[in-house]
Amino acid sequence: MSRAYRHSLNGSRLEPGALQLEIDGVALRFGGVQALRGVSLAVLQGDIHAIIGPNGAGKTSLLNCLSGLYRPQSGSIRLYTADADAHELTTARPSRIARWGVARAFQNIELFKHMTVLDNLMLGRHVHMKHSVWHSFLYFGPARRQEITHRQLVEEVIDFLEIQAFRHAEVGALPYGIQKRVEVGRALCLQPAVLLLDEPMAGMNTEEKEDMARFILDVNDLAGVTVVLIEHDMEVVMDISDRVTVLDFGRKITSGSPAEVKANPEVIEAYLGEEVG
Amino acid sequence: MSPAAATPASPGTARVVLPREPEPEPVPDGTTFPKLLNALADRHGEARIALQEKRYGIWQPVPWAAYRTRVRDFAHGLAQLGVRPGDVVAVLGDNRPEWLISELGAQSLGACVVGIYPTSVGEEIVHILAHARVRVVVAEDQEQVDKLIRLWNRLDSVDTVIYYDPRGLEHYDQDYLLEFTAVEARGREYEQAHPGWLDEQIAAGRATDIAVICTTSGTTARPKLAMLSHRNLLSMGRSLMAIDPLGAGDRYVSFLPFAWIGEQMLTLACGLQAGFTVSFPEEANTVRADLREIGPDVMFSPPRIWEDMLSSVQVRVGEAGWLKRAAFAWGQRVGGRVADRRVKGQRARPPDRLLRPIAELAALRPVREQLGLTRIKRCYTGGAPLGPDVFRFFHSIGVNLKQIYGQTEICGIAVAHRDDAVTFNTVGGPIPATELAIADDGEILLRSPAVFHGYYRNEEASRDAVDQDGWLHTGDAGYLDENEHLVVIDRAKDVMRAPDGARFSPAFIENKIKFSPYVEETVAFGGDVAGSARQFITALITIDMRTVGAWAEREHVSYTTYTDLAQKPAVYQLIAEEVHRANQDLPESVRVRRFLLLHKQLDPDDEEITRTRKVRRGVISERYGELIEALYGDADSVTVRSTVTYQDGTTAERKIELAILAMDGFTPAPKRRRFAWSGR
Repeated sequence: MSRAYRHSLNGSRLEPGALQLEIDGVALRFGGVQALRGVSLAVLQGDIHAIIGPNGAGKTSLLNCLSGLYRPQSGSIRLYTADADAHELTTARPSRIARWGVARAFQNIELFKHMTVLDNLMLGRHVHMKHSVWHSFLYFGPARRQEITHRQLVEEVIDFLEIQAFRHAEVGALPYGIQKRVEVGRALCLQPAVLLLDEPMAGMNTEEKEDMARFILDVNDLAGVTVVLIEHDMEVVMDISDRVTVLDFGRKITSGSPAEVKANPEVIEAYLGEEVG
Repeated sequence: MSPAAATPASPGTARVVLPREPEPEPVPDGTTFPKLLNALADRHGEARIALQEKRYGIWQPVPWAAYRTRVRDFAHGLAQLGVRPGDVVAVLGDNRPEWLISELGAQSLGACVVGIYPTSVGEEIVHILAHARVRVVVAEDQEQVDKLIRLWNRLDSVDTVIYYDPRGLEHYDQDYLLEFTAVEARGREYEQAHPGWLDEQIAAGRATDIAVICTTSGTTARPKLAMLSHRNLLSMGRSLMAIDPLGAGDRYVSFLPFAWIGEQMLTLACGLQAGFTVSFPEEANTVRADLREIGPDVMFSPPRIWEDMLSSVQVRVGEAGWLKRAAFAWGQRVGGRVADRRVKGQRARPPDRLLRPIAELAALRPVREQLGLTRIKRCYTGGAPLGPDVFRFFHSIGVNLKQIYGQTEICGIAVAHRDDAVTFNTVGGPIPATELAIADDGEILLRSPAVFHGYYRNEEASRDAVDQDGWLHTGDAGYLDENEHLVVIDRAKDVMRAPDGARFSPAFIENKIKFSPYVEETVAFGGDVAGSARQFITALITIDMRTVGAWAEREHVSYTTYTDLAQKPAVYQLIAEEVHRANQDLPESVRVRRFLLLHKQLDPDDEEITRTRKVRRGVISERYGELIEALYGDADSVTVRSTVTYQDGTTAERKIELAILAMDGFTPAPKRRRFAWSGR
């Protein structure tokens, strides 16, 4: 009878602080353009890890390598979800990577605009649905039971993100801030080990930003999900992140706590400019 | 609620008005809420649903038997925590099944509950908990628990906080925190060790035991704690159901705070006697949708809710295409004509008898459907006056909205409209078992079995409120019209004298202006303000952000915040037209001559309105004294320093210039923005 959530949204079984994502010497080239030049960094379980840098620094390219949309020409990306086995992400298909627990919310909302919020979120469960076409078609037995379990988890995500009022609304008709929240919700429905957020607050007003920051903190704090975040709003980044990595022209400048990064002279010069100085 | 006179006097020579219906059966001495719950659980078991809450998108039912089990477990749990008969348990949270389980659990062992508005902060919470010497607080979730933790050093009497929504509280390590289900589990152990104990406690309950302590809305001062017994509430429920019967098949949605007497009354006093299902909406922002799904048969809401519904209809009709607008305008005219006769107990005239069903199909039912009022049999408004225009609107679309009058001290309802006599300017006649009289000084006096047992630990105020003969002195001024229906003027001390000497109520002016969908609140000044006689009437107005915001978008007026929007000259013109319209309906001497739009909305956190949204006139005239002075001066603007209290209790100060608009010589622009159907 307790009102506590029954499902954990965290797909990783690592101890907090354990190495979760190991990016080693990743280089990515589009013809003559060198997008990433041997980037290495480590993401720890339970962190909010921000990746910042000026436009064209390679942030989104790096995220695309993580989710398998781009294949880097060299380097490796290893995902640890349980103690023993590490998954190599650079050679895997995106669908496989999603099943391993890397979920992503896109910068430009990539939802199905003519479907309801609920349907979009149920789609997030798709990789975990195991019944056959035959079962699903007739909707009986295992298919029905599974659908109910998945719906429960989806409903918990709806509750978590406070979008109950929009459950049956078409996504396209919703305000931008809510659509962003649904986008994050769909990624959460995967029960991710790592949640990749590409500029979750872009184009939002202050209030929407605060809400979103709150939700990211909740996802991290309460559900324990590791978050890798690209964001331009420095105030937000410095406020909520545990670790910050700075990229510039495809190269990693530094990586560390927000305070360390803020104090780094190279960062001040390359990115933050005179605002901080 | 102390009356004007120092020593209360009984009506004396004044004539007493009695209800026209016979008195219902009195409440037997042994009847209490827990016993009624027992009887319902015995009768219906798992077959009927007592409560249902929308969670995870589905209505989750609690049958009567399961309801009783949870109440029993929780009652045992409270006993294990050391709650004794006569203690007060506080509940702080939104409407959920656990609220009622806590309440009935406490009552089962002879304790009572005090409800705290979930929006309350700081001082208010401390005052109530300390004054009622509360030991156990049931708080809903992280938000409420956080408030209590922040105030913890000042809550000397409290030793346990029980929460029922554990999400977000996983890492809290305060040793006084307990989860609701853990208390229920302890209760089950306690029951094993003490079999039969609770049944004895329930059997020992008497109707005269205090069941609920309700905070009075306190437009005047700090909330006082009114003690209401089982008999008070049950007899009020019986009297109400004697004129407007309710049955087990009726639907009811509980979405207004349980700390408010009106919600206690319908959910418990009526609910447990009629045995109907109570539904709880999922979240505050899904209430409208959940109301539509349930389609309640009965509702009781303060004017605010009805005014909100009206503005949402006004906005949507205003935005609709011409065909829909015309259809609605026609349908509403037909419905209005039929309703005007029906509320006098007359049948519609022959042509309308034919047209009404067409209007119903084409225009009225769809609107009711949108509001979730398709099935509604009766609904009530109370707590503050509702403008006659709002009334007429609801009746014209086929919603039987009735005014009730009463206060917390008499369980909320003492006077009500009857179905065949809904006169918009009166509040009707006394409900069964209630006597009504007007004292020589114009004060309304009431007497019934629902008159409360006094204020908790405040005998002086209790003596002022109820005299030796049992008459409740309401502190409201009123009179009886030719049909012996009560007309409430206002709080006795708010009644003003117009420059020409006539007595008038500011609420009357305010309601005229508030009929506008663009106006949220109005506070009118005039007569004798702060001891000096004023020459004319002025008003502070706050705009409705939703409707004015939508209007601004249509008119391409850009704005950022409420303050910014309220100070736009175009918005001033818009509101001036609304004031102009209201002035046309007002006698010459009480027309609003100058007004200003306040830089902020009135907020219960700033103590400007009560949690039930009644304007605290005293606070406002004190806080905005400078503005009121300026309204009576010549300047066309005034600078205000505002201190804002945020939800977390911190404050901030800013300086803002507010424009003042004079209505003299104002002529409305020809044919602008009038909704086709609002030809008033």
